[in-house]
Amino acid sequence: MRLTVWTYEGPPHVGAMRVATAMEGVHYVLHAPQGDTYADLLFTMIERRPSRPAVSYTTFQARDLGRDTADLLCETARDACARFKPDALLVGSSCTAELLQDDPGGLAKALGLPVPVVPLDLPSYQRKETWGAAETFYRLARALAGPKAPPPGTKRPPRADGVPPSCNLLGPTALGFRHRDDAKEIAGLLADMGVRVNVTAPLGATASDVARLGEADFNVVLYPEIGETTARWLETAFGQPRTTTVPIGVGATRDFVREVATLAGLVPEPTLAALAPRLPWFSRSVDSTYLTGKRVFVFGDATHAIAAARVAADEMGFEVVGLGTYTREFARDVRAAAKGYGIEALITDDYLEVEEAIAEARPDLVLGTQMERHIAKRLGLPCAVISAPVHVQDFPARHAPQMGVEGANVLFDTWVHPLMMGLEEHLLGMFREDFEFHADAGPSHLAGAAGGRPAARDPSVRPGTEPVPSSVQPSPSPEDAAARHPAAAPDSPAPQGSVWTAEAERELNKIPFFVRGKARRNTERYATERHLHTITIETLYDAKAYFSR
Amino acid sequence: MRSSAALVSPPPCPAPDSGATGAPADGRAAGSVAPTVEATVERGPREVFCGLTGIIWLHRKIQDAFFLIVGSRTCAHLMQSAAGVMIFAEPRFATAILEERDLAGLADANDELDREVARLLERRPDIKLLFLVGSCPSEVIKLDLSRAAQRLSAAYAGRTRVLSYSGSGLDTTFTEGEDAALAALVPEMPAAAPDAASSLLVVGTLADVVEDQFARLFAALGIDSVQFLPSRSAEALPSVGPNTRVLLAQPFLAETARLLEKRGARRLPAPFPLGAEGTTLWLTAAAEAFGIDADTVERVTAPGRERARAALESHRSVLAGRRVFFFPDSQLEPALARVLSREMGMVPVEVATPYLHRGLMEPDLALLPEGTRLVEGQHVYEQLDRCRAARPDLTVCGLGLANPLEAEGLTTKWSIELVFTPIQGYEQAGDLAELFARPLLRDGLLKV
Ligand code: SF4
Repeated sequence: MRLTVWTYEGPPHVGAMRVATAMEGVHYVLHAPQGDTYADLLFTMIERRPSRPAVSYTTFQARDLGRDTADLLCETARDACARFKPDALLVGSSCTAELLQDDPGGLAKALGLPVPVVPLDLPSYQRKETWGAAETFYRLARALAGPKAPPPGTKRPPRADGVPPSCNLLGPTALGFRHRDDAKEIAGLLADMGVRVNVTAPLGATASDVARLGEADFNVVLYPEIGETTARWLETAFGQPRTTTVPIGVGATRDFVREVATLAGLVPEPTLAALAPRLPWFSRSVDSTYLTGKRVFVFGDATHAIAAARVAADEMGFEVVGLGTYTREFARDVRAAAKGYGIEALITDDYLEVEEAIAEARPDLVLGTQMERHIAKRLGLPCAVISAPVHVQDFPARHAPQMGVEGANVLFDTWVHPLMMGLEEHLLGMFREDFEFHADAGPSHLAGAAGGRPAARDPSVRPGTEPVPSSVQPSPSPEDAAARHPAAAPDSPAPQGSVWTAEAERELNKIPFFVRGKARRNTERYATERHLHTITIETLYDAKAYFSR
Repeated sequence: MRSSAALVSPPPCPAPDSGATGAPADGRAAGSVAPTVEATVERGPREVFCGLTGIIWLHRKIQDAFFLIVGSRTCAHLMQSAAGVMIFAEPRFATAILEERDLAGLADANDELDREVARLLERRPDIKLLFLVGSCPSEVIKLDLSRAAQRLSAAYAGRTRVLSYSGSGLDTTFTEGEDAALAALVPEMPAAAPDAASSLLVVGTLADVVEDQFARLFAALGIDSVQFLPSRSAEALPSVGPNTRVLLAQPFLAETARLLEKRGARRLPAPFPLGAEGTTLWLTAAAEAFGIDADTVERVTAPGRERARAALESHRSVLAGRRVFFFPDSQLEPALARVLSREMGMVPVEVATPYLHRGLMEPDLALLPEGTRLVEGQHVYEQLDRCRAARPDLTVCGLGLANPLEAEGLTTKWSIELVFTPIQGYEQAGDLAELFARPLLRDGLLKV
C-alpha cells in the first residue's frame, strides 16, 4: 500500500486508451466500473478532442458481481462492433475488473466477432500508464503486422533502385506532450531529406496502416517509452533497424539527421547545411550572457529529461544541477546521463521527493512536468514544462513542437520566458530597497506572476484538468498572497465613501477571492451613488442583484 | 442491447411525509400530490463519476476531516483529474494505493493500512475525523473497512475519530458519495433530549456563503435552533432526536435521510432551494413546521425574492422558449429542470438522473411540466442518439460528453459546475440562471 495524492502516471489502461484514441478505426472494450469513465475527460477536456475516446466501458455495478459481469463484457464487445464497426478491437480490464478474473480477452476472442480481437493483459497493480501504452501498441502491431512477417532468419531484401527510402514514425499517441506537433515537424524534416514516411503510428494510423509497418526500410522511434518495444519487435520480425537518437535540441537534431542518413543510405551534409535553427544565434547574442551558468533542475519522462539536460548544458549554457525521471523502466539511461553532469539521478514517482530535491538544489530554473510547475510555484522558482503529465496548456493552438528545428526554437523561447531579463535582474540587485522590489516581485514581462498566486485565477484553466501537487506545508492561501502584496491586492478598501459593517466585510470575504475585488468595487459604487453611508450585507446583495441585471 | 425501458412505480425509498409545503404561485400544491411525471428506467453503459468524487467538496467543507481512499491507481488518477484546479492548499484527501503485494497476500492489507494511517496522523495532527473510503478494488477483495475503522477509532480514541463509507463505483454514482459519507456521520451525532425544543437540521453540503445566508433567513423567520450537516467542524456534530426537523438542501441524500428518520427526526418535504420559487417553498416548509405565520414568511423573504426576481429577469430573454436536455449526473436534474421551466420559461425535453428518489423528489416532480420525459439510469449510447435526434438548444452533460457534442453543433453546459458552484438560495438564483445562459450567449457571440 502506498499513500499518494498526486501521480505522474495513470493506470496502464489509460495508456491503452491513449493508443486506441490516437488511431482511426480501432476500438477498446474496457471491462471497468462506471466511475472509470472519468478518463474520457482527459481526452475531451485536456486535449480538447472533438470526439469521444474510442472506448466502450462495461460499467458493471455491485449487482452484476459474481453473476453476469462476463456476459456484460460479451454484450459490450458485440455492441461496440455493431455501433462503431471498428477494424480491430482491443479488449482488456481496468484495475477492478482485473480482480474479477473474467478473462475479457479470451471471452471476446470466443465471440466470433467479425474483426481481429487483440487481448490486453495490463497488470494494473504493477504497471502504469506509459508502459500500458507501449504494451498496447506492441500487442496491436504483433497482431496486425505479425502475420506478414517473413520466416525467422530471412534477410531483408535490398531496396529496389529508384525507390526512395522509407521509414515509420513510432510512438506518438493521444494525450502526449506535443506529439501532434513533433510528428509533423519530423515528418517534414524526413521529407526534406528525401525519406518517405510509410506509417506514423499510433497517432492517426488505421489498423491496415499498422499491418503495413513491415514495409518500411527502418523505424524512427520518436518516444522510446512508447515506441521502443514495438520497434525492437519489428527489428526482429522484419529486420528493420531503428533510430536511437531523439531529435530534441539542435545537437540531437543534427545527430538524428546523420543517423537517419546512415539508415537510409543518404548523405547527411546537404540537410545539415540547410538546417537553420535560430537557437544557436539567440544563445550567442550578447543579451543571453546572463543565462550563463544558471542552475537548472530537470525532471520528466526519461526521453524529455535526458534531452532537456543536453540542451540546457550544451545549447543554453546552463548548469544542470538535478536530473531525474518518474519512468523507472528507463532509469538506467537517466542515471548514465546524470553521471555525465557529475550528479546523481533522481528516480522516483513520489512528487514529495522531487519537491525536496528541488528545494535542496535551489535551482534558478526548473524544467519539469505540470507537477514540478506547481512545486516551483510554491518555492517561488521559474519553471518551464518539458514533459507529460499534461495539462490543457500543453496543447497550444499553434504549432509548437519540441523536436527538430522549430522544436529547438520553441525550447529557447519557453525556457527563457520565465526568467528575469539580465538588466532587470541587475537593477533588482542594485535597488533592493525599492518598495516594488519586494521579495516576491516577478519578471516585469509576466504580469501577475509574483509568487503564491494560484493558477486558478486564470479563468482559462478549466476544472478537471490540472493536477495540483501538495506539499508537507500547506501552500499559501490566496488571502496570504494578497496580504503580502498590499499594493497589488485587488480588493483593498476604498479610502473614502461608505463604511463597511464588520458583518458585511466578513460576508465579502466569503466571496471567491478572484471576484472579490470586483464585488467590493461594485458595492461601493452602488452605495456611493445612493449616498449610503454604511454598507450592510443587504447593500452587498442589493448591489449584486443590481449589477447582474 | 441492454436497454430495458419500463415504466415503474416509485422505488422503495422514504415516502414523502404528509403535510403540504405551501402553495406555489400557480396554486398547485407541491408535495401532496400523486406522482405526476412518469419515469423511464434505463439500464446500460454509463458515463458518470463514482462516489469518490464527492470528496472534492466534502474535504473542503469539513475542515478537520481527512478522506483516505483505499483503492487503486485509477482512484487516485480520478481524484487528480476531477479535482484538478479547484484545490489551492494541500488537499485533505489521499489514496492508499493497493499494490501487488497487498493482493497476493504478501502483505496484510490491514497492517499496511494501520501503518499508513499512523504516518498520516503523525504528519497531520489537525485531523479530528478520518474517513476510510472504500473503492471498487477494496470492495472486490473484501477489505472490511468498517472493522478497520473500529479498530483505528479505538487506537486513536480521544484524538481522531475514524469512520468508513464506500465511494466505490460499484455502489455509488457521483453525489451518492456524499450521501454515504453523511450516513456514516449520523450514528455519531449526539442524541437530543426527547423533551428538547424543536430544532431544524439542514442536511447536505452548501457553500459556506449560502449556509450563512440561510442561517440569517431562518433567524429572521424566528427559528432559533438551526444546525447544518455536514458541519464545518467534525467535532461540532449537530444533535438529533424526535424533535429534530430535517430539511434536505440536496436531493441525493436518501440514505442519510432514512437514518435520521430512524433516529426520530422528521423530514420536511419541500422542493429543493433552487431558484426563487424553490427557495421560498423550502423556507416555507420550515416555517410551517415551526408554526410561523405566512405574513412573517412573506415579510422576511420579500427582499430576497425581489432580488432573485430581478436577477433572473435579465436571463429570461436568453433562456425562454429554449429546449434543454439533461444527461444524468448529480440527481439535481429534476430540480434544475423545474427552475428552468417555471422561472425561465425553458422547455425540458429530457431530464435524466442517475437515480430517482421519488420520496425526496416528489415536490419537485410535481412542478415539472406535463409530458417531460424523465429518465432514471442511463444507456449512454441510446441517450446520445435521442439527444441528437431532439437537437435541443442546450444540453447539460458531463465533461466526457460536452466537447464531442459541441463539435456536433450542440450547445452544452457541463454539469459538474452545477455541483461546484453556489447555486442555492435567493442570492444565487441569478448565478444559477447565468450558468445556463452563458453557453447560449457565447454561441451567439462567436462568428467563426
Ligand atoms: S469507479 Fe471504482 S475503481 Fe474507478 S475510480 Fe471509482 S472507486 Fe476507483
